[in-house]
Amino acid sequence: MFGYAGSILHVDLGRKKSRMELLNEDFCRQYIGGNGFAISLLYNCSKPKVDPLSPENPLIFAVGPFAGTIVPTGGKYIVQAKSPLTNFMGEAVSSGFWAHALKQAGYDAVLIEGKAEKPVYLFIDDDVIQFVDAGHLWGTDTIEAMNRIKKEVGDENIGIATIGPAGENLVRFANIANDRHRQAGRTGMGAVMGSKNLKAVVVRGTKGVKVSNLEALMQACKEIYETSQGPLTEGYRFSGTPASLLFHQSVAALPTRNWQDGVFELAEKIGDKYVGERWVVKAIACAGCPIACDHITVVKEEVGKVLGSVEFESLYALGSQCGVGDFPAINRAVDLCDRLGMDTISAGVTIGWAMECYEKGILSDKDTDGLQLTFGNSEAQLEAIKRTAHQKGFGALLAQGVKSASEIVGGGSEHFAMHNKGLEYPGYDLRGLKASVLGFNTSTRGGCHLRSSMYDFDLKGKVDRFTAKEEYGKLVREREDMWTVIDSLMLCKFIRSILGNYKTMARLYALVTGLEMTEESLQKAGERIYNLEKAYNVREGWKSENDYPAPRVMSDPIKSGVAKGAVVTKEEFDLLFKAYCKERGWTPQGVPTKHKLLELELNKAAEELGAPAEEA
Amino acid sequence: MKRKFVVSDPEKCTGCRLCEMVCSAEKDGEFNPLLSRIRTVQLDVVVNMSLACRLCENPTCVRSCPRKALSVDEKTGVVLVDEGKCNGCGWCIEACELGVLSLHPVRKVVMLCDLCGGEPKCVEFCPKDALELRTTEEIAQKIRSEAVRKLLVEGR
Repeated sequence: MFGYAGSILHVDLGRKKSRMELLNEDFCRQYIGGNGFAISLLYNCSKPKVDPLSPENPLIFAVGPFAGTIVPTGGKYIVQAKSPLTNFMGEAVSSGFWAHALKQAGYDAVLIEGKAEKPVYLFIDDDVIQFVDAGHLWGTDTIEAMNRIKKEVGDENIGIATIGPAGENLVRFANIANDRHRQAGRTGMGAVMGSKNLKAVVVRGTKGVKVSNLEALMQACKEIYETSQGPLTEGYRFSGTPASLLFHQSVAALPTRNWQDGVFELAEKIGDKYVGERWVVKAIACAGCPIACDHITVVKEEVGKVLGSVEFESLYALGSQCGVGDFPAINRAVDLCDRLGMDTISAGVTIGWAMECYEKGILSDKDTDGLQLTFGNSEAQLEAIKRTAHQKGFGALLAQGVKSASEIVGGGSEHFAMHNKGLEYPGYDLRGLKASVLGFNTSTRGGCHLRSSMYDFDLKGKVDRFTAKEEYGKLVREREDMWTVIDSLMLCKFIRSILGNYKTMARLYALVTGLEMTEESLQKAGERIYNLEKAYNVREGWKSENDYPAPRVMSDPIKSGVAKGAVVTKEEFDLLFKAYCKERGWTPQGVPTKHKLLELELNKAAEELGAPAEEA
Repeated sequence: MKRKFVVSDPEKCTGCRLCEMVCSAEKDGEFNPLLSRIRTVQLDVVVNMSLACRLCENPTCVRSCPRKALSVDEKTGVVLVDEGKCNGCGWCIEACELGVLSLHPVRKVVMLCDLCGGEPKCVEFCPKDALELRTTEEIAQKIRSEAVRKLLVEGR
């Protein structure tokens, strides 16, 4: 096989056994890689309704056919398991160099089952699989763990995906870190690792990756490398994702103080220009990436010169969402979350919710163990992050994520718990983004901007952002299918304006793998994979109300800026949701029909779900 | 003739390691950083630089070889490896202060940058133009101009 390593590694942590499963060409064509391989394994290897933090929940790491080649940005990996945060499909994507290592070790995916008796790390050293005692690493932060493992193995260039204390302590939004500060961030995949007593997945790959048509691939990639230095990636190259902050601010789409507004009066002070002039020291890249979006900051004023990799989503979640307009404070909070191994979006949204509870008297000083959680109090935010990671006192409540925490606290706080299906929302004020509001909530992993990125339409004037229209159903469906293909080839969405079309992707796929896929068959694969994710969720008990936005999005209007007064009514969302389900060929309630699943050759799901036979 | 070799600008290098991939593809027809004659080093995230043979005027690697397997190409200055003589003992790897020699993992003989016959693939592909083919004189000229500019233009 070209491009693909051709095998899936199955690991049983309890019995300390592993075996290899060979891939066949049909499976590759149907599921492409990454996202597709992961959900296929998750659907087929897990029993329905398992406890996400039990040994019965399989954990999957997968890479795409481009990993280990020079296809620009092709070195991402995906992690899937049932999410302890949403109780539906969990999924997180990261980049860096880990994916290259796994491919070079000879695997396209790793399926990890069971639970180790004592803390271990899995060391995949080409064909040799070792279960290494990690008792001495338990409790170390992510960066220290990576440094120590490199030293122990005696190799600087190994891939390490590790959890920090938050994962060990089963914080429901714990993440997995690699290459110092890249994270598979969302849906609590780090907690699943922690529940398995698995500190890290360490990979050393020494094998080469061969492609079908090397000469043509080199030429094609060279052209893409050149194009990618042009205007299409300018924002990412010059400022990185932080460029979004002031843009969102200007269009009143920057959620502020737990979504009480869409405009933050201190935005300038945490914007890319202000931060860039003072603290950005260098832009660095993931494997084979021509963009280099990661703008590293060093805050020299801080004790120990805090080094940060602060993305827009963190600026929102730990900044505007919590009313913090002080960059060094945010830099410190991000560094802390990175080291402790927690998703900054979920952490910030949950703390922002707690701040509103505190200001409204729903949580008292007694409830917060004396933490004065007022908006803008960055010291209290920092302390809350530490206590969350260690499940200490009040932190144990926050560690549940905003959905569960608000259900426990009650007092009307569910109304302003900003999540969908338990996954905390990223930094796009959906009340004035009426195509995005659909895509962010139908997302199979919960409140997420990366399953369809519909803001490309809302924020670039391609649709009327303030009016809900039936046609958005089709746009979301098309985007979800294509974004699923991108996540299965495992390309970065930051290069979407160059590679994000079926023609280019099919061409690169053929050059790498030697397998010809038409544009239609690629789209079909995306649809198949997305339907299987949906089928997984339905099997776990998904209902249409789970796809509706958080109550605040549907009742409390944005207070200022150009989006003042904007809100998404129930009628508007009904219209969008109905149009979307029809477009997908699902029932009006959003359940994939048997007919649709059979059409996509998802025979097992069709049989198991017993979805109604009638067309939507 | 002045010897040209591949130099890397750490200010421009983003640590993407594309040069390693391109080199291995050019030399061995597959992607594998361990087959690359140029290697990227990243320290504390922000320090990034790729290193390849700098064509030393009096190379320690050549002098260190107990089997006389290494020699300098008189025309280009490139260090040539006589693969029939090399037994992979690694003395040259240890002797090089920059660590730009490696052992070919399959052929088990030493390998280093040969400038791809004068047009290095890594230089051609580097998306940030961090790699250049330069002589020592050109490097010195660049540094001198920079120094004067800093002292007399920006300093005013």
